Amino acid sequence: MQANSALEPQTGVETFNYRVVRQFSIMTVVWGIVGMLVGVIIAAQMAWPELNFGPYFHFGRLRPLHTNAVIFAFGGCALFATSYYVVQRTCGVRLISDKLAAFTFWGWQLVIVLAAITLPLGFTSGKEYAELEWPIDILITIVWVSYAIVFFGTIAKRTQKHIYVANWFYGAFILAVALLHIVNSMAVPVSMWKSYSVYAGAVDAMVQWWYGHNAVGFFLTAAFLGMMYYFVPKQAGRPVYSYRLSVVHFWALVFTYMWAGPHHLHYTALPDWTQSVGMTFSLILLAPSWGGMINGIMTLSGAWHKLRTDPILKFLITALSFYGMSTFEGPMMSIKTVNALSHYTDWTIGHVHSGALGWVAMISIGSIYYLIPRLFGREKMYSIKLIEAHFWMATLGVVLYIAAMWVSGVTQGLMWRATNADGTLTYAFIDSVKASYDYYYIRVLGGVLYLGGMFLMAYNMVRTIMQGKSVDAPIPALQHAHA
Amino acid sequence: MSDFISQFWGYWVAGIVFLSLLWLTYLLKSQSVVKLPKGQQADVTGHKWDGDLEEYNNPLPFWWMGMFYITIVFAVVYLILYPGITIFPGVKAWSSVGQYQQESAAKEAAIKPLYDKYLKVDIPTLAKNDEAHKSGQSLFLTYCMQCHGSAARGATGFPNLTDNDWLYGGKPENILETLNNGRAGQMPAFGAAFGEEKVKDVANYVLKLASRNYDAVRAGRGEATFAQVCVACHQADGKGSQAIGAPNLTDKVWLYGGSERSIVETITNGRKNRMPAWKEALGDGKVHLLAAYVYGLSEREQTAAK
Repeated sequence: MQANSALEPQTGVETFNYRVVRQFSIMTVVWGIVGMLVGVIIAAQMAWPELNFGPYFHFGRLRPLHTNAVIFAFGGCALFATSYYVVQRTCGVRLISDKLAAFTFWGWQLVIVLAAITLPLGFTSGKEYAELEWPIDILITIVWVSYAIVFFGTIAKRTQKHIYVANWFYGAFILAVALLHIVNSMAVPVSMWKSYSVYAGAVDAMVQWWYGHNAVGFFLTAAFLGMMYYFVPKQAGRPVYSYRLSVVHFWALVFTYMWAGPHHLHYTALPDWTQSVGMTFSLILLAPSWGGMINGIMTLSGAWHKLRTDPILKFLITALSFYGMSTFEGPMMSIKTVNALSHYTDWTIGHVHSGALGWVAMISIGSIYYLIPRLFGREKMYSIKLIEAHFWMATLGVVLYIAAMWVSGVTQGLMWRATNADGTLTYAFIDSVKASYDYYYIRVLGGVLYLGGMFLMAYNMVRTIMQGKSVDAPIPALQHAHA
Repeated sequence: MSDFISQFWGYWVAGIVFLSLLWLTYLLKSQSVVKLPKGQQADVTGHKWDGDLEEYNNPLPFWWMGMFYITIVFAVVYLILYPGITIFPGVKAWSSVGQYQQESAAKEAAIKPLYDKYLKVDIPTLAKNDEAHKSGQSLFLTYCMQCHGSAARGATGFPNLTDNDWLYGGKPENILETLNNGRAGQMPAFGAAFGEEKVKDVANYVLKLASRNYDAVRAGRGEATFAQVCVACHQADGKGSQAIGAPNLTDKVWLYGGSERSIVETITNGRKNRMPAWKEALGDGKVHLLAAYVYGLSEREQTAAK
């Protein structure tokens, strides 16, 4: 095991840059707790509206803080950490620039802190998942370009002839997010903290959801598939199921995702033809999405017994199951007749969280559990039992959350469309709010369980770090391309 | 197409949609010839990363490719039937606006006899009809409760509709006028003209009119100002005028609060209020039914009180 050889400090040997990986890994857990805590708070504000205080602690301002914190702070740090680790190990070289890598770390943390200050103060460009105002948008662009330079520069100087599949996905994610961020954030500043989008009307809505859906596609899907392609075969100790499948589903996925945005704007002012194209390509997206799930889960064939004893593998495989489930649900919800029922209801919230808590967070948690001992010169985490407990808390939390939102969402959808014989609506809007309360309590419970699991993780991580010390693994002698 | 961007993009997008579907089909087709002989294990590709990372080269699962093909075929059929390739409206000539108009016309036609029947009944009679009251309530809970509350008891700035106190009159024709054409209430701001002291004086006179606790000295001074300025709308006795929507100041009903502070605020900065017009949006039948519902609220309240 490589981690063992790393236990002995070696001098004069060229090592991997684990420092930036360590920094991002620790911040993944920290921001995970912060982001999910805000999530639990706003879930509680839905269940008990009295908990909305003043302008700064109000649902309207905390909600974007929650989404930004979990997607870009928690998810973003997990992606930086794992991509820097994976690209070095699979290319057999150190990152091309330690200074630029360090800049991406501090720059990204600054972005997060600025978000945490400006969003509660009410500075927002009003675009969902792209609320941050123009000065922060520019900082994000600079950090992101640096990230691209470090990542692709490292790939360029690799000693391996072939580029490992995980890096294709990370690479696509970095390029696509740069494109999405820059195009969608184009705005005319009117003051330091206020700007207006350069787009207007239906075009603005389309650009926003082209961004929004591809943020899901490239940030929350492609990138985490890259994570999956390294950590699943590593933890399972098995070769990836099918190289062929990875090629086909990679190209189909990155290609098809770009088209799916209009399904967020069904039955709106968006032209009918745009909605149709969005819907058909969303349906086509089902198979490419499932390609990743098949490749991950089938990698385990011949090693299923490991699931019984290895909670890290449980996290990774359960993540893939939720991935498969939400990428089935997504195309179904993009069908216009289904969307007419599900749109604007809690069903959407449930769908997002089966992806976010079930897929994104679980695959990240599993990968970070894999990384921490290796980064701190330990053979394994301080407590495997605590990982097991974390796994069950997280799983139960997700299930409670999404089941509650499904029921709540379908209830709302049915109540809103019910009409009487006299042509009037059967239920007032407030009736559907009243009907949702029970599910809001269950959601809070699910969220508390999930957050509780993150605290276990933080404790486990701190104890592991206290037992070990920071190590940078030496770069193994040149591995021949066809070893 | 002209509703989105220029015509050029129509051809552009149509071309890309077509090429996309072709490319996806080609991608799949190129892999579907690969099959593994029965009972044989797939080999690894021979590439190795990071010590032990390898890949098998299993063929694509058959059912997965089938699913992929089905979604592509579905897309092609859908885009032939429905608008999707910008320059071609689709065989079925469907549009969301068309569907909406069709469905709402069918719905309107289905309920027309009922509303026509109600329209023939005068409002005081209709108000006593329980069936009509229930329908009216449904309408009220959809369109009116956002301001007037689910029990129609109003809130600060939004009139209570159950207390038999009317800003613009409570006769059927008054309520119909309010619903059809809306109302714009305006109390002018006198803060600048009067100054702080004078405002307080007038406020205390208003408190006196309403038989609440007041400062007699201030009220005495305020009476003169009231007689000079406020009478224009609120009348000499302070009972207001329903013709112009000037509230009665002598009763216990206060739209913006009856404390000295609220009254001072009202006189200083004035108030602006608006009831929207519903004639266009709801049509005569629904307005008539709503008017009967609102008319009936005060009566039902009084009956309940007895």
